[in-house]
Amino acid sequence: MSARDRILAKLKAAPLLPKAEPDVAAWFAGHRPVESNDQKVERFRRCIELAHAEVHAVTPANWLAKLREVLASKQIDRLLVAEGTPHGAAALDTLPVQGVECSTYDMPIEAWKTEMFTATPASLTAARAAIAETGTLILWPDADEPRLMSLVPPVHIVLLDRTRLYNTFFEAMQTEGWKDGLPTNSLLVSGPSKTADIQQTLAYGAHGPKELVVLLLGDEQ
Amino acid sequence: MNAQPIHFKPTEGFRARSKAVVDNPFLRQSFRGAMDFLMSKRAAQFPDSEELESLRLLGEQIRQYNLGKLPELLVRLEENLTRNGVQVHWAETPDEANAIILGICQKHSAKLMVKGKSMVSEEIELNHAAEAAGIGALESDMGEYIVQLAHEKPSHIIMPAIHKTKEEIARLFAENVPGVEYTDNVDALIQIGRNVLRQKFLEADIGLSGVNFAVAETGTLCLVENEGNGRMCTTAPPVHIAITGIEKIVEKLEHVPPLLSLLTRSATGQNISTYFNMISSPRKPGEKDGPAEVHLVLLDNGRSQAYADEQLRKTLQCIRCGACMNHCPVYTRIGGHAYGTTYPGPIGKIISPHMLGLDATANMATASSLCGACGEVCPVRIPIPELLIRLREESASAPHANPSMRGQGAGHDGLTSAIWRAWAAVYSSPALYRTVSWLGSRLRGLTPRRQAGWTSVRTPIQPAPKRLRDMIKERN
Repeated sequence: MSARDRILAKLKAAPLLPKAEPDVAAWFAGHRPVESNDQKVERFRRCIELAHAEVHAVTPANWLAKLREVLASKQIDRLLVAEGTPHGAAALDTLPVQGVECSTYDMPIEAWKTEMFTATPASLTAARAAIAETGTLILWPDADEPRLMSLVPPVHIVLLDRTRLYNTFFEAMQTEGWKDGLPTNSLLVSGPSKTADIQQTLAYGAHGPKELVVLLLGDEQ
Repeated sequence: MNAQPIHFKPTEGFRARSKAVVDNPFLRQSFRGAMDFLMSKRAAQFPDSEELESLRLLGEQIRQYNLGKLPELLVRLEENLTRNGVQVHWAETPDEANAIILGICQKHSAKLMVKGKSMVSEEIELNHAAEAAGIGALESDMGEYIVQLAHEKPSHIIMPAIHKTKEEIARLFAENVPGVEYTDNVDALIQIGRNVLRQKFLEADIGLSGVNFAVAETGTLCLVENEGNGRMCTTAPPVHIAITGIEKIVEKLEHVPPLLSLLTRSATGQNISTYFNMISSPRKPGEKDGPAEVHLVLLDNGRSQAYADEQLRKTLQCIRCGACMNHCPVYTRIGGHAYGTTYPGPIGKIISPHMLGLDATANMATASSLCGACGEVCPVRIPIPELLIRLREESASAPHANPSMRGQGAGHDGLTSAIWRAWAAVYSSPALYRTVSWLGSRLRGLTPRRQAGWTSVRTPIQPAPKRLRDMIKERN
């Protein structure tokens, strides 16, 4: 008998003690507010700023200018972008002529891992959506915008459409039908990397990005 | 790499280890300060007691519902993970789990494994097994990295280096990290750790992690963390191995949000952790990063024993937040190392006997004042005090056939049992009680002045000169 069979046999020998399934949706309906989009934006912003993220309201007309301004303020002249995405392509069209060198994630990481870890000061990705309750970005890495883009560069800049806010994590997964299929990796990100492992003193930039910048995209500021 | 001591220390040394901490004002201050900090952070996250209690109830129901279907859910999880391309392994014992993990390492000729925080990997003492096999196992959680550098083990399941001051860590880094000078600036210390470990994430052949929730319906492994090292370990190296206990499973994705909220708010007083990482498959064709192979090791190690008994099964509801230890007056005074087990504090006292046998952990259940704080704060309502009493009974009762626990009866003592039987007889017979209490009040002068452990800090117990029944008689 394999370890698998032995473990399952032991568990099956025990009384199952079946319990009724709890109603998770009812709990959320009774305990979490459903807010207007403006309220959600405000709550999102307050929470993620408390977690040390930097948030800027931008419009389709000025977001690239704000991006350049953010980079300049941090003295960064090199940005990793995803050329296969509309925002990545737009950055690639605009920024190099303005003096910001743009590199692209155009080959598997094995070919340029050292460069990613040592010579990539900042990256730009989009968020799929966000969660107001906890000030959380939902990232959905894919072949165009791979996983390490939001992890290795010390400054991570995220473009978020302000109409894509959910009240709660539960609402996000239910509305989008996540149970029917998740990608290789999906992520909730609620601030820059941090730790309090030394004497409970909070320090940012533990292993992931030291700074998280959210560009909150809407029609008006 | 740094050798770490074998963690499990026999229960006989518990008293001496506890006393050593109680006698050390610096350690006591570290633990007191840290626990006060964590308790107030948690309290601030739960301002509404109705919300807290209803969420705890929901958490308990979710865990019990899923444990009620555990065998079926494990098979479903395996099917869905396998369909997603994740390789699933089963281990009954720590040795089997280590053999599986090291087998994968050897297949890839791995030299370096970077580890995200995983208490199950501590439970199986993977670092030892890896070292014996010539594979470097490097902890990458800042707290775990610090205790590994110091050749120690975590003293808390959430904050592993909680017993260390920043000055101690500064000295540790200055002595052990090449080219680093003494600094006790916390930001600078974290940047030192970051720089050392980034190089390791880049070089590592294997990334190892734990699992906070395994979702059966989607075949998804969920990890909760703040630092990003968990994401590094599960994304940067070419192979990812996750290890978890068989109980950490939920049927549905919708079961996760309430448990996640309870976990982060109870553990560190955060409304959510910085990262919540959901992994459902290895790298797919066309994707440019992520491990080519993902493995999951499902570990039993005594959990099926707890599962077999309705009351003991509640132990498996645990989501490992550590709130019970943060609120425990015993843990706060003796710290995590005194227990000698991987899991310290109240949860350690009720889970360790299933892993190591009640004979090896007999003292643990008695190291409690039964104040009830652990049960009161537990986010999934594990009745820890009741379970402690149950374990005391299992230990003290005479050994019998078909025990529900390995090591049942280990603490059995014929004389003590005889005394309690006599006590029970006296209290269940009015005539006998009258006779004995009369004798007690008459012979009170013979009471010894020194009564074993009792009189070391208390005045001796002596029967009253007049019984209550005599006083009532006089009044009437």
